[in-house]
Amino acid sequence: MSAPANIDAPTRDGVGDSPQRPDGIGKVTGEFAYASDLWHDDMLWGATLRSPHPYARIRSIDISAALAHPGVYAVLTHEDVPGAKYYGLDHVDQPVLAIDTVRYQGEPVALVAAEHPEIARRALAKIEVSYDVLEPLTDPRKAAFDATAPALHEHGNIVRHQPVRFGKISEGQRAAEVVVRGEYQVGMQDQAFLGPEAGLAVPTEDGGIELYVATQWMHVDLRQIAPCLALPEDKVRMTLSGVGGAFGAREDLSMQVHAAMLALHTGKPIKIVYNREESFFGHVHRHPALMRYEHGAWRDGTLVYAKAEIILDGGAYTSSTMNVVANAASLGVGPYSVPHIEIDTYGVYTNNPPCGAMRGFGAVQACYGYESQMDRLAAELDMHPLEVRRINAISQGSVLANGQVVDTPAPLAEMLDRLAATPQPEPADQTDIRNLPGGAANTTHGEGVRRGIGYGVGLKNICFSEGADDYSTARVRLAAVGGEPTALVHTAAAEVGQGLVTLQGQIVRTELGIERVVIAPADTQIGDAGSTSASRQSYMTGGAVKVACEAVREMIFERAADQFGVPADELSLAGGKIVAQCAGVLAALADFLGTEPIEAVREFHHRPTQRMDPVTGQGDSHTQLALCVHRAVVDVDVELGLLKVVELAAVQDVGKVLHRNSLEGQIHGGTAQGLGLAVLEEIQVVDGLIRNPSFTDYLIPTILDMPPMRLDILENPDPHAPYGLRGAGEPPTLSSTPAIAAAIRDATGLPLTRVPIGPEDIIHSVK
Amino acid sequence: MRLTIQINGEQHQVDDVWAGESLLYVLRERLGLPGSKNACEQGECGSCTVYLDGTAVCACLVAAGQAQDREVVTVEGLAPGAGELHPVQEAFLAAGAVQCGFCTPGLVVAAHNLVRRNPEPSDAQIREELAGNLCRCTGYEKIMDAVRMAAANTQEAGA
Ligand code: FES
Ligand code: FES
Repeated sequence: MSAPANIDAPTRDGVGDSPQRPDGIGKVTGEFAYASDLWHDDMLWGATLRSPHPYARIRSIDISAALAHPGVYAVLTHEDVPGAKYYGLDHVDQPVLAIDTVRYQGEPVALVAAEHPEIARRALAKIEVSYDVLEPLTDPRKAAFDATAPALHEHGNIVRHQPVRFGKISEGQRAAEVVVRGEYQVGMQDQAFLGPEAGLAVPTEDGGIELYVATQWMHVDLRQIAPCLALPEDKVRMTLSGVGGAFGAREDLSMQVHAAMLALHTGKPIKIVYNREESFFGHVHRHPALMRYEHGAWRDGTLVYAKAEIILDGGAYTSSTMNVVANAASLGVGPYSVPHIEIDTYGVYTNNPPCGAMRGFGAVQACYGYESQMDRLAAELDMHPLEVRRINAISQGSVLANGQVVDTPAPLAEMLDRLAATPQPEPADQTDIRNLPGGAANTTHGEGVRRGIGYGVGLKNICFSEGADDYSTARVRLAAVGGEPTALVHTAAAEVGQGLVTLQGQIVRTELGIERVVIAPADTQIGDAGSTSASRQSYMTGGAVKVACEAVREMIFERAADQFGVPADELSLAGGKIVAQCAGVLAALADFLGTEPIEAVREFHHRPTQRMDPVTGQGDSHTQLALCVHRAVVDVDVELGLLKVVELAAVQDVGKVLHRNSLEGQIHGGTAQGLGLAVLEEIQVVDGLIRNPSFTDYLIPTILDMPPMRLDILENPDPHAPYGLRGAGEPPTLSSTPAIAAAIRDATGLPLTRVPIGPEDIIHSVK
Repeated sequence: MRLTIQINGEQHQVDDVWAGESLLYVLRERLGLPGSKNACEQGECGSCTVYLDGTAVCACLVAAGQAQDREVVTVEGLAPGAGELHPVQEAFLAAGAVQCGFCTPGLVVAAHNLVRRNPEPSDAQIREELAGNLCRCTGYEKIMDAVRMAAANTQEAGA
C-alpha cells in the first residue's frame, strides 16, 4: 500500500482492537430492521407462483380467476415485464417470469399482489397454468458428454469447460512410483441463511422505484433490475435493509424485480417475504460435484503428477457457474507443488435447481477431492497424513496449477507443524452419555464407539479473479459535530453479519485519530462497492475507506501546513488533534475544522489479474490466496453409524488481525458450514425435484452438533493488501469438510467417498 | 376475530385477526413488534422464541387465538428500561455472539430462560437447552461464551 498506515499511533477501538458492533444493540434488543421486518402504510403483499415441474413447456396461463379473487390487486406474468425479459449475474439467461419453458422446479411463473399474505397464497392457487411436462435432464455427466441429451440452452449444456495443462503429464506418469485414484462426490448444499429473502418496493412520484432489500451486492442488482423495469438506473434507488446472513445465496436476484413490477403496476408499496420452503427454491445452491482424481508420487511421498476431472452441476441457469469452474480448475490440486498437472473442469446445465455462489465456491468441492487423495496417498505409502502434506506443501515462491507464482507468505509447512503440536482432546467421559454419539438418545454406553482423527488443508482465492476489476468506493466526511471531530462513512458495501460496519469504524479511527464514526446506510447513491463475497470486503471496502481517510488526512495536513507554517510531512493525527513532530499539538481537530467539513470519495482497486488461458488454464488469475488447515477428532458408533465431532482445531494465516472477535467468529462459522457439508447437509434432489425444502428435513448444525474449537491464528502480512490483511471468511469452510470426512474414515476404516456422510453410509458399508 | 393480549406488560387489542394467523404474525405484522424473527415458521429454528405466561415457546407455533387473555414477553420486553440492556443482551454483545443477528432475539430469550432457572449452567446444559435455536453464522462458540458470561453477570447482579 502506498501511504503508511497511521497504525503506530493507536486510537481506541481502532484496527486491531475488538470494539462492539455498531448495529449490535439493535440486534440484541430486536430493534434492528431486517428486510422481512419492513412495513409501509398502505402496502400490499407480493407472492410468487412457481413451477411444480423441473422441465416443461408452458401452453397457457389463465389468471382470470386469481384476478377476480377479492383482495387481489394484480396478477402478472411474463407479458407484464416492462423491459428486458431476462437477467443474469454473468450471463443474461434467466427469465424474470417463465415465458414458454420452465427449466427447474420452483422457477417463477406469475406474481400476485394482495392485501394479506394468505389472500395472495389463495390467489396463486387460482392461477391456471397448462404445462407440457418434459423428461428432465438431471444427470450432469450426461449433460456434459452425451450428445443425445436435449440442449437446455441455445449454446448447449456446457456452461464452461476449463482445462489446466501444466508441465507434461506423460512425464509425470512415467516417473511415478505409486499412483492413487479416487472418485469423489459432493452433494448439493444450501446456504440456509436464517433471514429469508425479503424486501419492500415503493413506487416514487417520478415513476421510479425505491427498493429496500437484503442483498450482497446492490450495484449488480441494479444493473440487472433497471433494464427489466425499463427504467434508467437513477430511477431505481436501492437501500440495503438488514441482512440475515448471505453466504452467497443473495448474489443472484430473488424478489427484487418481482416486487418492483408489482409496485409499479399497482402504484402501492409491495412487500415480499419468502417462507423457508420458498427460500429453498428462491436462491441458488452449492454446485454438487462429481470428481475423478489420480495422483502419482515417488515412494518418499513427493508428488509428481495430478490428473482430475471435475463436473459441477450448475442446474438450470448460468448464475456464477463460470467462476465456480475457474476456482475448481485453478485450485484443483490445492496448495501442493505438483510438477505435472492435467485438470478438466466442466460446469453444466441440467434441470436440477440452479447452483451458484456459496462460501468457498468451486474451491470447496475441489478441496474435498484433493484432500481425500492426500489421505489415500498417505495410506498407500504408510505415511502420516500430515507428513505427505508437509512434503508437498507450497511456500512463498511456489508455482500453482495456473502457473501463478505465490508471491506472498504461504507458511503451510509451519501451519501443519502447529496443527501437529496442538494438544489432543481427552477421551470422551463415557459416564455421561451426552458425550457419546447419539447423545441423550441413549444409543450407546461406549460400545462400538471408535475415535478417528483427520486433517484437511484448503487454499482459497480472495477477491474476484480472472481480470475482474471488483473495486470498491468510499466517502469519508470529517466534520465537527457538537465540538467533536466526527466522521461519516458512506459506501454501498453490504453488511451481511460479518462485521464490515465495525471494521469501517476501526479503520477511520486508526487513520484519522478520532473516536466518533458514524456509518451511513449503504445505498446506491454512491459508487459500487462490489460484492460481499470472495472474502473480499475487508480488503476492498476496507481498502476504499482507508484510502478515503488518507485523502482526508492529506487535505487536513495541507491546510494545517499553510495555517501553522509546519511542513505537512511532519504532521500526524492523534487523540482528535493535529500534532507536529517538533511542536506538539497544533490544534484540536474540531476547532480546526470549524464549520468546514473535509470530505473525500475514493475508489480502491486491487492489483490486476489475468483470465485463465482457455486451453491451458495458465495465467496469474488470482489477487490473493489464503490458507487454512483443520484437524478433526470424531467419535463414531460404527454399529449405528451415529457420530459426534469431538473437537475441531484450525490454524489460519490471516495476514493481520483487524478485529479478533469477528475474525474468530468467521473461522468458527465457516468451520461449522464445513461440518454441515461433511455430515449433515444435502438438498436431496430426485428427478429434478427437491425432497427436503424445510429445516425439518434439511439439517444445519445445531449447538449440539458443533464441538468446541481451538484456533491458532497467524499473521504473515501480504504487502499488497491494506494492513497486510488476508481475506478470512471462506478458507475455514474448505478445510473442515475433508478433515471431518477423514476422521470418520480413520474411525471406521471405510472409504466413504461422498459427502455428506450419513449414518446409512457407515452402517451399509460395514461388513 | 378480536384478540386481547398482554404484551411486555401492556394490554393490546387487535381486530380483524384471521383464524389462521400465528402469534408471531400478530406480533410482527399487526403490533409492530418485529423483534421476534421468522426464520422457519415451522418450529425448527427458535428465532421466534417468546414467553407465553412465563414459558418459552415458538411464537410461530402458537395460533393467535391461543394467546387470548395471556401474557406475552418478547425480546423487546427484556431490557429493564429504555436505553438499557438486560445482562443477557450485554453478554451477547460483549462475547461477539452476534453476527447477522437473525438468530439473536430468539437466542437471547432462550438464554434468558436458561439463566433465570439455572444460574450456573454447565456447558452440556447450555448446549442441551439451546439445541432448538439455530444459528448459521457463529458456529455457536461465541454463543457459548455469551451464555457463560450472562450466567456469571446475572449472578453478580443478584438478578
Ligand atoms: S420461526 Fe418459529 S421456530 Fe422458526
Ligand atoms: S448470527 Fe446469523 S444466524 Fe446467528
